[in-house]
Amino acid sequence: MQVVLEAVGYAYGDLPVLDGISFTVAEGETAALIGPSGCGKSTLLNLVGGLLPQQSGSIRTHGSPPAGCLNPLTFVFQDFALLPWRTVAGNVALALEHHRLSRSERDGRIGEVLRLCGLSDFAQALPRQLSGGMRQRVGIARAIAVRPAVMLMDEPLSALDAQTRELLMEDLVAIWSRERTTTLYVTHNLGEAVRLADHVVVLSRRPGRVKRIVAIPVPVAERHKPEHAAALQQLHDELWALIRAEAQVADREMQDA
Amino acid sequence: MPETKLPAGTGVAFRGGGFVPGNRRWAPWLAFVLIIAAWEAASDTGLLPALFMPAPHEVALALYALLESGQLFVHIGASLQRILGGWVIGSLAGLVVGFAMGIFVLARSVGLPVVAALFPIPKIALLPLFILWFGIGEPSKIATIALGVFFPTVVSAYSAVDNVPRNLIRMAQSFGLSTRMIVFKVILPGAMPGILAGFRISSSIALILVVAAEMIGADTGIGSFVLAAGNLMQTDQLVAGVVLLSLIGLLVSWLLSRVEKTLLRWR
Repeated sequence: MQVVLEAVGYAYGDLPVLDGISFTVAEGETAALIGPSGCGKSTLLNLVGGLLPQQSGSIRTHGSPPAGCLNPLTFVFQDFALLPWRTVAGNVALALEHHRLSRSERDGRIGEVLRLCGLSDFAQALPRQLSGGMRQRVGIARAIAVRPAVMLMDEPLSALDAQTRELLMEDLVAIWSRERTTTLYVTHNLGEAVRLADHVVVLSRRPGRVKRIVAIPVPVAERHKPEHAAALQQLHDELWALIRAEAQVADREMQDA
Repeated sequence: MPETKLPAGTGVAFRGGGFVPGNRRWAPWLAFVLIIAAWEAASDTGLLPALFMPAPHEVALALYALLESGQLFVHIGASLQRILGGWVIGSLAGLVVGFAMGIFVLARSVGLPVVAALFPIPKIALLPLFILWFGIGEPSKIATIALGVFFPTVVSAYSAVDNVPRNLIRMAQSFGLSTRMIVFKVILPGAMPGILAGFRISSSIALILVVAAEMIGADTGIGSFVLAAGNLMQTDQLVAGVVLLSLIGLLVSWLLSRVEKTLLRWR
C-alpha cells in the first residue's frame, strides 16, 4: 500500500507542531522520518496510524492490503508496549484474538512469526524475563502477525544497546525484503535512517516542515557491504548537515522551556 | 586537593554489605512466642493485674470455653456474614464506580469531588441513619460496612485504572481492539495489583466497621460479645474476642495473599 500525505498540519492547542507536510511513501518502500527533537515526528506517525485526529491536510492510502492482512496500519513502539502479564505468545495473540480466525490459523500465525523473529524457544516466557532486544522482537512479531500493509515504527531501536540495534536492523531488512511492507520509520539516529530507508524525510524544527527528502540509492540488502560505506557515510554527513543547526536551536529551546 | 595514598599491595576490603531486603521466616514466630511468654510472666508475677489484663492462658481457656459452648461459631459466623455481605456489595459498587471514573472523563469530573466530600465521613456515624432506613436488623449493619468499603475501593480502583500505562491502551487501540476488549484485556489485568492492594485496606475497614456496628445494635457477633464482656468486666472474654478479631484479620490477609500469588504471578 502507498501512503500519501498532503499538506498535513497539527497543533496542540495554540502550539503548532506540524505544518504543510507532504510526501509519499511508495508501496514496499521504507521512509525514515528524521528531524530535531520536538519537530513532530511521532505526532506525524500517530496521525498516519489514526491515533491522533487529523486537523488539516489529508492522509490517504492507495492500493490493496496484502492477503491475510488484519490491521493495515500497524505500529511498532519505542517502549515495546508489551502486556507484562502475558507470555510472548500471549502478547502476539492479543493482536489476533478479536479477529475471526480459526484456532489452528491463529496458532499457526503465532508459531510462524515467533520462528521468524527467533522467539520460538521463548513462547511461554514473560516480558520481564527477556532482554530489551528480545522484547522488541516480540513487538515486531506482534506487528507482522497481522500481516500489515504499512508498518509505523516509532524509534523502535532507540531503547536498545548498539549491538542489539545492529542485529535487529538485520532482522528488519530481512522481514521487509520478504514481506514488501511499506514502512514509515521515525528515528533520531541517522545511522539507522541511512541503513534502513529508501528515502529519508528531513523535518525542520517546530513547527515541523519537510526540509528535504533524500534518496538512499544503495539497495537496502547491500548496505552492509564495505564498498558502499563511503557513499553511505557521505549521505549520513549530508543529513547531519541538514539538521545540525536546527537540532542545536531545538535543544536550546527545550532547555529554556 | 587532598590525596589518598595506598601502600603497594593493599588488599581491597569488602564494604558493600547490608541494606539488602530479605526475610527470616522463623523471626515472627519467635517474636510471638517471646511476647506471649513475657505477657504470661508479667501476669504470673503480678506485674499485670488480672482485673485489667488477663494472662494468656486465661484467654486461651476463655476461647476454649467459647468453643465448647458453641458460642464461638455463633459469633464468628454472624460477624463473617455481615463482613462478607457488606464487603462484597461495597467492593462491587466501588469497582464499577472506580472503573467508570478511571475510564470516562465525565464520570471522573463528577466522581472526584463527590468522593473527596464523602470519603472522610466516619461511616459509623451514619449507622443511626441506616437503622432508621433499614431497621435494627442486618441490613443497616451491612449497609454501614458496604458504604465504608465502597469509598476506599472507588479510590483504589480509580487510581489503579489511572495508573495503567497509557502506551498499553494506545497499543491495543492501534491493533483495533474495541473499548470493551481494552477494558477486559488491558485495563482490568493492568489495574489488578492496585485493586488487590485496595482490597487489603477495605477488608480491614470492614472488620473495624462490623465490630463498631455490632457494638451499637446486635445480640450476636464478635463486637457485641466484646462489648458485653467489657460491661461485665470479663477481661479474659474481652481479650478472647480481640484475639478472634486478630485471627479473622490474619485469615483475610492470608486469603488475599493467595489471590495475589495466583493473579499476579507475572510480577
